[in-house]
Amino acid sequence: MHKHVVVIYPHPDDEAFGSSGTMTQFRKEGIPVTYLCGSLGEMGRNMGNPFFANRETLPDIRKKELLDACKILDVNIKMLGYRDKTIEFESRDEIAEHIKGYLDEIKPTLVITHYPGEAVHPDHDAMGAAAVEAVRRMEKEKRPEVWAQAITNGHYEKLGQPQIVNNVEEEFEVKLQAIQAHRSQFEGMFPKMKGSSDFEGQYEEVMKRFKQEEFYKWTFEN
Amino acid sequence: MKAIERADVQKALDQYAEQDVYVHVETTNGAYAKHFNRNHNVGAYIRNAQVRYTRAKIVDAEDAFRVGLKMEKGWIYAEGVTDWEWNENGELLLAGHDSEGRLMVALQISKNPFRY
Repeated sequence: MHKHVVVIYPHPDDEAFGSSGTMTQFRKEGIPVTYLCGSLGEMGRNMGNPFFANRETLPDIRKKELLDACKILDVNIKMLGYRDKTIEFESRDEIAEHIKGYLDEIKPTLVITHYPGEAVHPDHDAMGAAAVEAVRRMEKEKRPEVWAQAITNGHYEKLGQPQIVNNVEEEFEVKLQAIQAHRSQFEGMFPKMKGSSDFEGQYEEVMKRFKQEEFYKWTFEN
Repeated sequence: MKAIERADVQKALDQYAEQDVYVHVETTNGAYAKHFNRNHNVGAYIRNAQVRYTRAKIVDAEDAFRVGLKMEKGWIYAEGVTDWEWNENGELLLAGHDSEGRLMVALQISKNPFRY
């Protein structure tokens, strides 16, 4: 059984979409979970629908939403203070050391992050790579397990089947609440998704995908 | 933000002419455009470039507005802006949104740097 789980993603809402069902399962077992959130999603283009945020108010709004979501999920939150869309341009080395500082302190037995190179958004890829690097820099016997989440359309062909497949149907209500806590991003999203051009003909498939959270176990060569 | 009233925005733009100001200019089709089988992702932004413009004009393009700022050695241009706000920090915000409320373009002007 895991002792402490650290989740590392770059944006408020990545946690809700990515692994909130899994986090809820851990919390049900009484295992502490800490979310290291890279940015405040300052450059998001969703401003609410109908929109109520603007480019300058969005950071504070999303910070509040992040805190709300973490409350729903009953997880600790640490905000790392990078800026949305710029993480890939920062020093990988510095971000890895920054993350390692938290890992050295928290001593998690499991780290969940995005699969570098297979996570669609450049921030996801960069944060995932820095997280993996942070763990790699730890002494071998002190390293937590790493579960990496791939979300590209072609990742099954490339990486094969993920080793961890969590059915989160029982936690789905909590997951939906966590997603919808990110109001500026997803308010009324589910009813609207059916008609949205982003999800044309894919709605059922997307809903099914939300009920399953998949991770690849990262293996370190040395 | 509220729907642009051309004359009000023109007045606001004029107030920032002939002085050093900071601009934020941005356009995007979203970080997931490619993922959702549309065109590849495009976007650009400049935040806190210090500029000085000699004249500004906002033009009605029926469904939205175009804005041009003339500088001594060049131009700043944005099209598709639909909404505006002059917030309590004196930041003049112009933005264009799609039917789902998503930001597609922004042009913002401020006497002081935008938060970075």
